[in-house]
Amino acid sequence: MDLLNAFIALSNFVLIPGIAYGSQLALGALGVTLIYGILRFSNFAHGDTMAFGAMATIMVTWLLQSWGISLGPLPTALLALPFGIAFTALLLLGTDRVIYRFYRTQKSPPVIFLIVSLGVMFIMNGLVRFIIGPGDQRFADGERFIIRAREFKAWTGLSEGLAFKTSQGITVITAVIVVAWLFWFLNKTRTGKSMRAFSDNEDLALLSGINPERVVTITWILVAALATIAGVLYGLDKGFKPFTYFQLLLPIFAAAIVGGLGNPLGAITGGFVIAFSEVTITYAFKKVLTYILPDSLDPTGLVQLLSTDYKFAVSFVILIIVLLFKPTGLFKGKAL
Amino acid sequence: MTVNMKNISLFALVGVLIIGAGIIQGANTALLILNFGLISAIMSLGVNLQWGLAGLLNVGVMGFVALGGLAAVLVSMPTTYDAWSAGGGRMIVALLVGLGAIIATVFAYKKLPAGKTRTLAILVLLIAGFFLFRSLFDAAVTEIERVNPAGTGYLGGLGLPVIISWPVGGLLAAGAAWVIGKVALGLRSDYLAIATLGIAEIIISLLKNEDWLSRGVKNVVGIPRPVPYEVDLQASQAFIDTAASIGFEPVLASTLFVKLCYAALFTTVLLILLWLSQMALNSPWGRMMRAIRDNEVSSQAMGKNITARHLQIFILGSAICGIAGAMMTTLDSQLTPTAYQPLRFTFLVWVMVIVGGSGNNWGSVLGGFLIWFLWVEVEPMGAALMNLITAPMADGYWLKDHLLESVAHMRLLTMGIILIVVLRFSPKGLIPEK
Repeated sequence: MDLLNAFIALSNFVLIPGIAYGSQLALGALGVTLIYGILRFSNFAHGDTMAFGAMATIMVTWLLQSWGISLGPLPTALLALPFGIAFTALLLLGTDRVIYRFYRTQKSPPVIFLIVSLGVMFIMNGLVRFIIGPGDQRFADGERFIIRAREFKAWTGLSEGLAFKTSQGITVITAVIVVAWLFWFLNKTRTGKSMRAFSDNEDLALLSGINPERVVTITWILVAALATIAGVLYGLDKGFKPFTYFQLLLPIFAAAIVGGLGNPLGAITGGFVIAFSEVTITYAFKKVLTYILPDSLDPTGLVQLLSTDYKFAVSFVILIIVLLFKPTGLFKGKAL
Repeated sequence: MTVNMKNISLFALVGVLIIGAGIIQGANTALLILNFGLISAIMSLGVNLQWGLAGLLNVGVMGFVALGGLAAVLVSMPTTYDAWSAGGGRMIVALLVGLGAIIATVFAYKKLPAGKTRTLAILVLLIAGFFLFRSLFDAAVTEIERVNPAGTGYLGGLGLPVIISWPVGGLLAAGAAWVIGKVALGLRSDYLAIATLGIAEIIISLLKNEDWLSRGVKNVVGIPRPVPYEVDLQASQAFIDTAASIGFEPVLASTLFVKLCYAALFTTVLLILLWLSQMALNSPWGRMMRAIRDNEVSSQAMGKNITARHLQIFILGSAICGIAGAMMTTLDSQLTPTAYQPLRFTFLVWVMVIVGGSGNNWGSVLGGFLIWFLWVEVEPMGAALMNLITAPMADGYWLKDHLLESVAHMRLLTMGIILIVVLRFSPKGLIPEK
């Protein structure tokens, strides 16, 4: 029984939050990696793109809520998601047309793109704060839990409760669907194949008649969708605040680099590696250990390796380790 | 050096802008802009050294600036003797153990032959070292923070004059830069960007959470000043007489005098650093750096060690940011870890460098002043603009309220647009590199 209790406590505080957070990071890192693979630069505006997508979705959600439309037990934000994606795609295509395209025709080095993306980051950040304000926004509605801790305890008779939030369930299901679709798209469709060809060898792709502008457009739309979905899922799970999205930039980039920049499979792996390390290292294992160990060995402290305030340090340290020992990432990066 | 009319008039323009602000908003505001402009100019000199001269992307300026701020606290605050006797010794032992574990691990990695023994040795060293460190460290932290938590609750500083903290801030930042540079230089340029972004966040969370070191979010206030205090001036008969003889009332005169003292100190530092940067830029070393920036392969073929040179210049540039950080904390007289925002301390400095002209030290200085001026003044200007736009709307209309409320966020938008426009239409900046 104690072992089971320990396992439930572990799932409740480490496994489930880790899987949800990992899915969010993976979706974010996929966006970063797509841009790196096709457009060949590190997009520092990605965190703020996520914030913008989430914000657009929140606005539509509020509109739907004011009309009395809802999805019953599911959050209304899911219904608003396609609209949010559309707005974000328009914004990204607009920035590409007005800003990035010039540098593409100039064949500017990636570093210039990076600095330009800093400017875009400023603008998007300002835009989001200007429209929705810098504060916390709540937009989750519907059923809050799939499994409640108290019901779980009553049902199983265990002393540990297991809470499974709707947002976590939705995150995992959505992430699986999106990732499966993305891989199908990249591997099976003609457009997806042309994108991979473009990423692999730009000159050869151009030579075989692939239209680069079309590839770029589709990439931005995909990125808009990934960023919006990641942003909304994160917002549903942990609440929306513009600045936290900026701070997500570090774990997202860490995930993309750990997996191998430009490699979608790597981005997903990296997302989960970063998420689980963060959650495990900042979790206080006292409860779990109390169940597993005999009473005489019960821990006196919290058995927390690092305080939660240092979660950025975790992604950073993993990033450093990978950079030191395997700079191309776990999966070989740079080709899509 | 030929005297360039265009550059002189650009500097004159910034001067006119600041004087204009002084006429409209008062001399105190103008001097405050000038002082922060001087500090900003130093920061952008540092970033320009890295980006303009070597093409290194440092997006962790905030972290180095914050380390400078920490130096100001550690050097100038009075020592908390009770805290030292309670847990100071143990803290030092704990830190030495932590450092020792890291050094031993690196040593093991370098000396032992690759294989299972090495992996095992490294794991044991790291895990044992970590737990030993934590047990010593946690005990010391509790002891230190228990001493008068409302007043001190930290080890305090050395009680030395605050000016000494400026070079010390530079040294701290240089140390952090060495660690980052060792890891991330020599890889793709984006990696340095991500690594510096990370270290900056970590330094800030250290300052926020390590109460024994920096009082965390309780802030350190009342850092001693290098210049006289207003109250002392107002109490001094000589000062009152002098102020009266040039037609100032004592309170205004004292605030202006203090700010002018700061301005004089900061100008001295800026001129020294600018002179050094110019010397470096025009020296064989500077030419080598630019050669490396423009063509790494051919410089390598000429026998230049690119990674080592990059490390050198990365450390130098970060040290300058650290100096500026210490100066800023000195000016504020307090260390507020929550005030360090990446948009304000990292990316704004980047706007300064790009707008001023990357690769040109005078350009960075100009960018520092100009962008700082805009950063301060965009808000009142935006407010005025918004008042104009919303004037025809009825009071209480939601859009009017929303627009007026959101004026504060105009500056981010403006900075982004300035950066994009300059990059697009004048990528060399206001004062281009020669």
